[in-house]
Amino acid sequence: MTAPLAIIQGASKSFAGMDRPALDAITASIAAGRLTGIVGPDAAGKTTLIRLMTGLVLPDHGDVSILGANTRSNPGTAQASIGYMPQRFGLYEDLSVQENLDLYADLQGLSAAERNSAFDRLLDFTDLGAFRARLAGKLSGGMKQKLGLACALLRRPRLLLLDEPSVGVDPASRRELWAMVRGLVDPETAVVWSTSYLDEAERCDEVLLLSEGRLLYAGSPQGLTARVEGRVFRVRPEAGAKRAVLQHLESDPTIADAVLQGDSIRVMTRAHDKPAGLSSASAAAPRFEDAFVDLLGGSHLRDSPLAAAMRMIPASDTPVIEARGLTKQFGAFTAAENITFQVRPGEIFGLLGPNGAGKSTTFKMLCGLLRPTSGEGHVAGIDLRRAAPKARARLGYMAQKFSLYGELSVRQNLEFFAGVYGLTGTRRKDRVATMIEVFELGPMAGRNAGALPLGFKQRLALACALLHEPDALFLDEPTSGVDPLARREFWSHINALVKKNVAVLVTTHFMEEAEYCDRISLIYRARLVADGSPDELKDAVRDADLPDPTMDDAFIRLIERSNAEREEP
Amino acid sequence: MTRPRQLGSLGRIAALARKEAKQIRRDPSSAVIVLFLPLFLLFLFGYGISLDAASVRLGVVLEERGPDARSLADAYSNAPDFEVLLYPSRAEAERALRANQLRGFLVIPPDFSQRLHARGSWPAQIHIVTDGSQPNTAEIVANYSQGVLATWSTQFARDRGVASTPAISIEPRFWFNEDLRTRYNLVPGSIALVMTIIGTLLTALVVAREWERGTLEAVFATPVSALELLASKFIPYFLLALATMAACVAAAIFLFGVPFRGSFLAILALTAAFLAPALGQGLLISSAAKNQFVASQLALFSGFLPAMLLSGFMFEIESMPEPIRAITAIIPARYFVTGLQTVFLAGDVWEVLLPVILKMLGLGAVLLFFAWRVTPKRIA
Amino acid sequence: MWARILSLIVKELLALTRDPRGRLVLVAPPLIQLFIFTFAATLEVRNVDIAIVNLDHGRWGREIVARIEASSTFDEVIVLSSVGEITDVIDSGRALAAIHIPQDFSRDIEAGRTAHAQIVLDGRRANAAQILFGYINRIVAGVGATARPLPVLTDGVVRHWFNPNLVYRWFMVPALLAMITMLTAIVVTTLSIARERELGTFDQLLVSPLNQTEIMLGKVAPGFLISAAQGTIFIALAVFALGVPLLGSLPLLYLAMVFFLAAVLGVGLFISAISATQQQAIIGAFAFIAPAIMLSGFGAPVENMPEWLQAFTMINPLRHFLVIVHGVFLKDMPALEILSNTAPLIIIASITLPAAAWMFRARTQ
Repeated sequence: MTAPLAIIQGASKSFAGMDRPALDAITASIAAGRLTGIVGPDAAGKTTLIRLMTGLVLPDHGDVSILGANTRSNPGTAQASIGYMPQRFGLYEDLSVQENLDLYADLQGLSAAERNSAFDRLLDFTDLGAFRARLAGKLSGGMKQKLGLACALLRRPRLLLLDEPSVGVDPASRRELWAMVRGLVDPETAVVWSTSYLDEAERCDEVLLLSEGRLLYAGSPQGLTARVEGRVFRVRPEAGAKRAVLQHLESDPTIADAVLQGDSIRVMTRAHDKPAGLSSASAAAPRFEDAFVDLLGGSHLRDSPLAAAMRMIPASDTPVIEARGLTKQFGAFTAAENITFQVRPGEIFGLLGPNGAGKSTTFKMLCGLLRPTSGEGHVAGIDLRRAAPKARARLGYMAQKFSLYGELSVRQNLEFFAGVYGLTGTRRKDRVATMIEVFELGPMAGRNAGALPLGFKQRLALACALLHEPDALFLDEPTSGVDPLARREFWSHINALVKKNVAVLVTTHFMEEAEYCDRISLIYRARLVADGSPDELKDAVRDADLPDPTMDDAFIRLIERSNAEREEP
Repeated sequence: MTRPRQLGSLGRIAALARKEAKQIRRDPSSAVIVLFLPLFLLFLFGYGISLDAASVRLGVVLEERGPDARSLADAYSNAPDFEVLLYPSRAEAERALRANQLRGFLVIPPDFSQRLHARGSWPAQIHIVTDGSQPNTAEIVANYSQGVLATWSTQFARDRGVASTPAISIEPRFWFNEDLRTRYNLVPGSIALVMTIIGTLLTALVVAREWERGTLEAVFATPVSALELLASKFIPYFLLALATMAACVAAAIFLFGVPFRGSFLAILALTAAFLAPALGQGLLISSAAKNQFVASQLALFSGFLPAMLLSGFMFEIESMPEPIRAITAIIPARYFVTGLQTVFLAGDVWEVLLPVILKMLGLGAVLLFFAWRVTPKRIA
Repeated sequence: MWARILSLIVKELLALTRDPRGRLVLVAPPLIQLFIFTFAATLEVRNVDIAIVNLDHGRWGREIVARIEASSTFDEVIVLSSVGEITDVIDSGRALAAIHIPQDFSRDIEAGRTAHAQIVLDGRRANAAQILFGYINRIVAGVGATARPLPVLTDGVVRHWFNPNLVYRWFMVPALLAMITMLTAIVVTTLSIARERELGTFDQLLVSPLNQTEIMLGKVAPGFLISAAQGTIFIALAVFALGVPLLGSLPLLYLAMVFFLAAVLGVGLFISAISATQQQAIIGAFAFIAPAIMLSGFGAPVENMPEWLQAFTMINPLRHFLVIVHGVFLKDMPALEILSNTAPLIIIASITLPAAAWMFRARTQ
């Protein structure tokens, strides 16, 4: 094997205002001919590690060298051999595909002859040939990522650095992107791909696993997964009992991890034996995520105290959230067409679909952010068209992006939303105190919300949405980009709410999230194309080729099927 | 101004500058800033700011109604600068002055004619009352009123054969602007103001916007240097600002009829020199602020208001207190105002133009140097 | 309802003032501007250079030179030896004016004729030149009266009411008070909605039970409170630190300020509602601020403008408010007059605020 392309030697980096270093004495190397994944929860230091290799950030201590050139003393040489695609790639959205390529070809100093062959090769490779004249801002999320990739590949770099290329990209496009990048790896070049999706990490040749700035593991993903061999099981509880069983498992000290997967529960024990008292448990193949959770010490779940902090909503069959023929048109474009579904108390309902399919539009119509062109939306029995403010008082909303006031403290945010939802006097004081206690925000109460770690931001956002004990909770991609532990914690809170009969509507294209839902509607090209429980959707695509489909598989197959149906008149 | 270190550097600058030009073309808001806003402002300033008192409303109170008093009142009515309104009493004129309906009033007291005709009781007094809350206008009203009175009494003396040959008369000649049209001075001044707004505001936002949108990170990972980046921002906005300037000059000459006695070469040199500090200031703000909100605040406070109040456009710099005069030395618009007024009204007086051009270039070099220093090539 | 709006107002104020830099931006630039611009603005002409060519050998030419040299208006008196040098000294801007005293000057005076002196002034600086000519004319007339006392038939006794010594600061401080509070009100409101849109917090507000009117009130109130507080600080500074007399009714000034700010905030909110991004909001703010200041009567009296433009200035809230601040501070303007100047502000506010509300509603659906 040749010498490593990048060598990171005891590199540390701190940023002002952070209480721990972003990277703490990292030593690692990137070998040629391999796809190396940088994996870890948000704020683990993935981006900083990549930026160290680009030379855009210099380490406080230690050294980084690319093909023998130190990024400190010889940045020009180091940068000449890398291709870099930042997390928010700097595509100029008001330039066309071709113009973006031209710009980067000029900046990289490609000669006229090199450039034409490079453009042909890359446009062919990325399938963007038909869109040369389209403005980058008008491309879909997946196409933007491909264009960014093409710009980074113009010079055939020896080392390609990709910072979370699959964030915000739907599963089908993710797969394509992955296959493209995989094909780039040859004995001379290396690709570094950072991600918080563990299914991607599993498919890398090597992983560097970071947590809180420290390198916890370096090696093949299989090597890590092998550590939990024989400790993973699948339990299939009786219908309707899954959440109770899950809760029971979570409080069992011999269980390292338990997570819902459709109608089953995936369980990992701390020792090599079957979970006690669960005769139905069958062994399951371990996944990288199991090993990851294990490496971080297990999921330490406790019974969410949130249940005690919410009122009990009487169970009933009357839907809490109801969409009746919702249609939204923007000019000639139909963003959502005749969408109908109901969410009952205590039910988690998922809206699934690729980017731009219409799930966000539907979601926005139901929480009163958009007025439907036709059809009706009801929340807690109130017609959104007639009494939107009244209906909105009954729902809680948590946006995809952190959208609280970053410049206000945690407590000020809570007090603000309490005030906005009409809580006054001692009731406001009590609810704010309860939320701070339930979500363990006490030590952070005086800090600016914008400066919180992602996990805390998420807790705060949920706390703000629940202050007024809503009947319905709206979640927009609540845990994308969140590490598995934080995701488990988040969903334990949601499970607690469900016990109190809160109705939950989730949009997601993150399949792990979909597994938590009781029912799912798949929205594609403005229409509702499939619905059912996660297992029903999986069953619908099960065949000889695919005996054990994942949610991802189900998603992709159902969309293909819908495409086929529409093509036939 | 930036010497490329090698051919590759020049190519990169050209590529980035072309990109900038395309973005400008596609962004409707830049058309607004570059053409609509400047001409709109120049139009308003050209018509809106005039210090030539056209019709000052002047009250006249006749406390006696003899023929002399009436003749004097008529002299005021016939004066071109006044719109005379008669008031029956001081009290009413006073009320009108307080109510902002008049800029001043005259009182011809009851003993006016009597004293005018009795040599021993000369001079016969009249009272000129101005609205001091508008000091500029008050001064003008007082001077004009005195002038009308002096003319009237000279005529009166002459008619009566009273010796009236003055020992000295002094005749003013206002060079470059014989009829003293303030518009001739204010339009070139307004151009400087408009160009400051355009140059600083545009560039203040461009780099900040790239920071906000995250487009700079990928560019920085290529061999582009900070200097090349700045040069590539400077060049298109420089050309754009020249186009704005051409439109402004055309408006000044053809719309407002300001004489243009200099050469286009001189005005080009002057504009080019001015754009160095104006764009430099914007780029410095932009690179330092990295955020459009802060950048726009800074552009407003450090560009527009000082250019309006401290450039000599509205208030004489020489008359300002020493510390404030020192501040005006670093305001590029100050030199631009002087240069433009000279090129328009006096012509190519290089003795005036050269020093202001050199000072603007010097300021530009300093500002661009700082802009380069605060543009990091690394992400901190 | 009021509790909800109150929370919104408290939040907005906290958001603007919690960050020390934010506090600084709200407090420092306005105060710095108030002081710099107050002292920068003066109508006097001082420290200018003047050139003199005295070809007269008699007493009166010397007398004029001596009196000019003694005057404090001039920084340097450049003595030229020939008329030909005048062109150069004026063209190059070395002197603002050049006085030419011809050869027979004193002889003409002694002979009972009128002696003619000439003065060339730099018309590039028309305003200063005009003022300077006034000064020099007075000096020369003084020499003339000494040389040949003439009977003075009439005398215009000038009284500058409300500001006897024409202290320019008295004019400038109230005007800056109006302009800077307007700037603050505009900047705080125009960016408030656009920023929330860009940061994504706006949706969070829209899904709360707040209705649009409540959100609007919550957005208007902070701009109002901050600019009113700034106005109050400025009034106090004007009176106690800058020695500007406050003769009229303070309550009426505040009443007018309420409507002035309401009118301006309506404009700000309208710009905010139509802007999708902060950049658009900033351009919108500029496109309002610059003409509003230029056409307010601050830089040049409104009566000097052409008729059509004068009519246009009627919709400029700053124009009406300037009359009121000057009136209340310096003129003890009668209540009825203040109210009649407040009426246009009420009309403007009752157009801009509902227009903003309408636009806001149209844009959030």
